[in-house]
Amino acid sequence: MGAQIRVYRQKIASTSSMKKIFKAMELIATSRIGKARSRAQAASPYAEAITRAVSAVASQNDIEHVLTQKADAPKRAAVLIMTSDRGLAGAYSTNVLKRAESLTARLKEDGIEVRPYLYGRKAQAFYDFRDREYDKVWTGQTDAPAVERAREIGQTLVERFTQPTEEGGVDELYLVYTQFKSMVSQEPVVQRLLPLAVVAKEAESAEEFLPQYDFEPSPEEVLDELLPKYIESKIFAAMLEASASELAARQRAMKSAADNADELIRKYTLLRNNARQAEITQELTELIAGADALASS
Amino acid sequence: MAQLDVQVVASDHAVWSGQAKSVRARTVEGDIGILPGHTPVLALLGEGELVVEPVSGTAVKAQVSGGFFSVDHDRVTIVADDAELSHG
Repeated sequence: MGAQIRVYRQKIASTSSMKKIFKAMELIATSRIGKARSRAQAASPYAEAITRAVSAVASQNDIEHVLTQKADAPKRAAVLIMTSDRGLAGAYSTNVLKRAESLTARLKEDGIEVRPYLYGRKAQAFYDFRDREYDKVWTGQTDAPAVERAREIGQTLVERFTQPTEEGGVDELYLVYTQFKSMVSQEPVVQRLLPLAVVAKEAESAEEFLPQYDFEPSPEEVLDELLPKYIESKIFAAMLEASASELAARQRAMKSAADNADELIRKYTLLRNNARQAEITQELTELIAGADALASS
Repeated sequence: MAQLDVQVVASDHAVWSGQAKSVRARTVEGDIGILPGHTPVLALLGEGELVVEPVSGTAVKAQVSGGFFSVDHDRVTIVADDAELSHG
């Protein structure tokens, strides 16, 4: 058998086994998107309740709280960048990192020092490769985030924010994550978490009008407790949305990889048949030439 | 008689919701009982037991740690960091 044919056979075999892997990954991602989205939905009553409570406090008190105070001239900002742990999700992580880079550049232009906080191994690899500093990194389980992780991140960042700027605290906190718009469209977005801008919703009817609450133990203490939770719930919501986006991106990447594999297999099969035909033709030509030579001698 | 519209949520899932006659919870300052028509309150939860007396059926009990709860217009929202239903 000709060497050419063997090479094509090998290529076809390896491409089909890769295709199987792509197909499997696509199916896994597809099945997990649904789960990720229902988790995001399950967490939304909590987020709604907390937002409602925060705006209730905000609407009847002039809140004077460390977390809502705006620095006159912000000097330092923390940026939490949410990427995935694993690749094979197309441009998912790259897009987030690109968005983060442009935010960093903008902040630097304004004379603000940027302290990156990373989430996901891809962000860590990006920063390590470029020998850049970062303050903290969380990895693992970006495709199925846990509440505890969100709490930990929230606490770390709120703590950093409440430190005085002179002692290394930050004046602003940004979040870069991927918004899940639909199965086919996810967009990296930047959200400023701190200082808090609590937007009290306009009451549309008397029923919706937020009542005058009694606070226990006191408005300040309630706020002390509420605002960090509000941040945590925002971070958790972003994590869930990012995980759904990651899975959707992976599904799409794997689908196109499987399609490309199909394409390659078709191409190689054609080439293989060509090579086989050429070999047969060659053998025939040689046989006939040989017979001719014998007959004429 | 007026009823309470109760919703109990933990940070990653809804725990229980429905109509109730009364709710008893432990705040950081002590126990508080809510009946229909209670004045609006926003209070911090302590660690302890939450008891919801539904309109029909047996009481729903839950172990709650941390969080807050709000009452307004007979709507009670209990937002807990962690809440575990303990039937009985």
